[in-house]
Amino acid sequence: MRQKMHLTVMGLLLTVCLMAGTAAAKQTELTMYYPVAVGGPLTQVIDGMVDEFMAENPGIKVNAIYAGNYNDARIKALAALKSGRPAQLSVLFSIDIYELIEQDAIVAFDDVVQTAEEKAWLDSFHPTLMENGKTGGKTWGIPFQRSTIVMYYNKDLFKQAGLDPEQPPATWDEMVSMGKQLTASDRWGIMIPSTGYPYWMFGALAMQNGQVLMNGDGNATYFDHPAVIEALQFWKDLGGKHGVMPAGTIEWGTLRQNFLEGKTAMMWHSTGNLTAVKDNADFDFGVAMLPASKRRGTPTGGGNFYIFKQTAPDERRAAMQLIKFMTGPENSARWSMKTGYMGVSPAAYNTEALKDYVSEFPYAAVARDQLDYATAELSTYQTGRIRKTLDDAIQAALTGAKAPEAALKEAQGVADRLLKPYR
Amino acid sequence: MLLPRKNHVHAWLLLMPAAILLIAFTHYPTVTTVVKSLFSKGTAIRPSRFTGLDNYGMMMADPVFWKVLGNNLWFALGTIPTSIALAILMALFVNRALPGRSLVRMAYFTPTILPMIAVANIWLFFYTPDIGLIDQILTGVGLSGHNWLGDPATVLPAVMVMTIWKEAGFFMIFYLAAMQNIPPELKEAARLEGAGRWTYFFRVMFPLLMPTTLFVFINAVLNSFKLVDHLFVLTKGGPDNASNLLLYYIFETAFSYFETHYAAALTVVLLLLLAGMALGQFFILDKRVHYR
Repeated sequence: MRQKMHLTVMGLLLTVCLMAGTAAAKQTELTMYYPVAVGGPLTQVIDGMVDEFMAENPGIKVNAIYAGNYNDARIKALAALKSGRPAQLSVLFSIDIYELIEQDAIVAFDDVVQTAEEKAWLDSFHPTLMENGKTGGKTWGIPFQRSTIVMYYNKDLFKQAGLDPEQPPATWDEMVSMGKQLTASDRWGIMIPSTGYPYWMFGALAMQNGQVLMNGDGNATYFDHPAVIEALQFWKDLGGKHGVMPAGTIEWGTLRQNFLEGKTAMMWHSTGNLTAVKDNADFDFGVAMLPASKRRGTPTGGGNFYIFKQTAPDERRAAMQLIKFMTGPENSARWSMKTGYMGVSPAAYNTEALKDYVSEFPYAAVARDQLDYATAELSTYQTGRIRKTLDDAIQAALTGAKAPEAALKEAQGVADRLLKPYR
Repeated sequence: MLLPRKNHVHAWLLLMPAAILLIAFTHYPTVTTVVKSLFSKGTAIRPSRFTGLDNYGMMMADPVFWKVLGNNLWFALGTIPTSIALAILMALFVNRALPGRSLVRMAYFTPTILPMIAVANIWLFFYTPDIGLIDQILTGVGLSGHNWLGDPATVLPAVMVMTIWKEAGFFMIFYLAAMQNIPPELKEAARLEGAGRWTYFFRVMFPLLMPTTLFVFINAVLNSFKLVDHLFVLTKGGPDNASNLLLYYIFETAFSYFETHYAAALTVVLLLLLAGMALGQFFILDKRVHYR
């Protein structure tokens, strides 16, 4: 017994010594993974921002590691966690939130912030962007590289077809009727991609028809709601009944090229492509909000900052400081101009730099303006599998293998089974 | 005859590096995979627990699994015989005295040396509706184009064509080497006996090529089950799983859904399939192969 006491005291002393040692070094080291999902030398932009942060905060060293696409980044971060050498923070897909909570991998920002000023910071972002970062009354993710779907259209082709190039379609009916005028033997009126992220595009159609795809707790989906079925029927009809879009599925990866070559007059795509389209289009193009059926609508998309749970208190504070820096108005504005991703806070759009950019190139603000009509991206517990189930249902309907109603009812059945334990 | 004790030690020491690598990277993972397949999916909140054969039961009831397995069989049937036949034809062609022979050989071999992701990207643009090469040629001759990768009926054949294009050149190299090992006297003798070209090929050359064919065949079968990289770029297994193959499904299950235990069960099935086929090939086909 006595010996045990002895050991405990020794152990305590040792711990105190070690802690004093780290405090004396006063250098907090952070490892951060981040993905890049669109083209361009974005790693340089990130590295530049991180270097500036370290210059301002000599006590913090940041290793920013490019980790591939969203999927790769999540796998790397979780693998590092399991191997016992975790990263302290990462940019990961905003919809990974439930997976990360279930793996007990992240801390809520509410538990890291201390001062009133920091609490106010949590509320400084566009509220719509926070929808994918909040659940159960807590904030788990801070928006960083975020997007919405927008409609790109070819003004030259609009003129050729006798349409007003400043009046893109504002409703589904207009989109169909204009699409018919724009369709010719060698081009289509519109293309909505259905590989890669079909559930994302479908989230927009469903919302426009008055119904979002899931609840805010991540444990219920509404795939078989009549408005959702109607939305899928409409998507299918664009290719079948109306003949303004190719039948079958449309490739996510080659769609931008189709648009740039004039093979389609309109396309729905991520605003993250804006800078690339701007640099490569040899015709006059426009960017518009997505059209409305019962209302306008789009899901948001993109990546959020997360802080991991296996971190010391000072590491959490340092991580939060870094996130504050990276998402601050100036940096967010710079990031938006280099990529086409949107500024994450109203303050970013009030900076001189972004104001000038928007006045010279107004389409840079379309994604922000559309936030008023936006909702969270499809994200639930068991999210990978549920997303894939919905993707399969959409593709089955578009290729004619199943009727939209049957496909979505089946998908809802699968989702119900997977989500039952979480209700 | 027993070896002296010292030699035993020596032998084991020599074997050890290879044995350690083999155990660490082949046998140990295999055993863990089998063990893992008997547990349920675990997260920090719900730890995984032993569930016996539940994962396998789930697999039996999983329509995607059956779809994927069927796709894989069609894929093997569609690619292997064609690519082997093409490889022999190409090898026969470049084995003759031919102007610019090495150039032709290189041309046949090029698909093999290109990185798969690059190849898939090139073919993605071949197949793209309207702007793709294939559709441009079709519309050029007055036919209408087709959405090759967007139609469940054509997507798997489209992937097969690309695979054959890639594999045939690789197999050709083996056939070419084997053909050059056939002594020219055999051909002269056959000719003196009055055998035509067809007779010579089917009665003399093809039997002599059998060891190569067996080797190529085993490789082709393994490749057809190992294919995963094209699918990332070309189709992601879609539309609606029409081009999904077993290994890609395993990857998705493990790394997109994080159901590593179910993925382990799928891996065990893949292992059994491959082992079964390899054994069958060695023990049944080997007897029919003529070695010199």
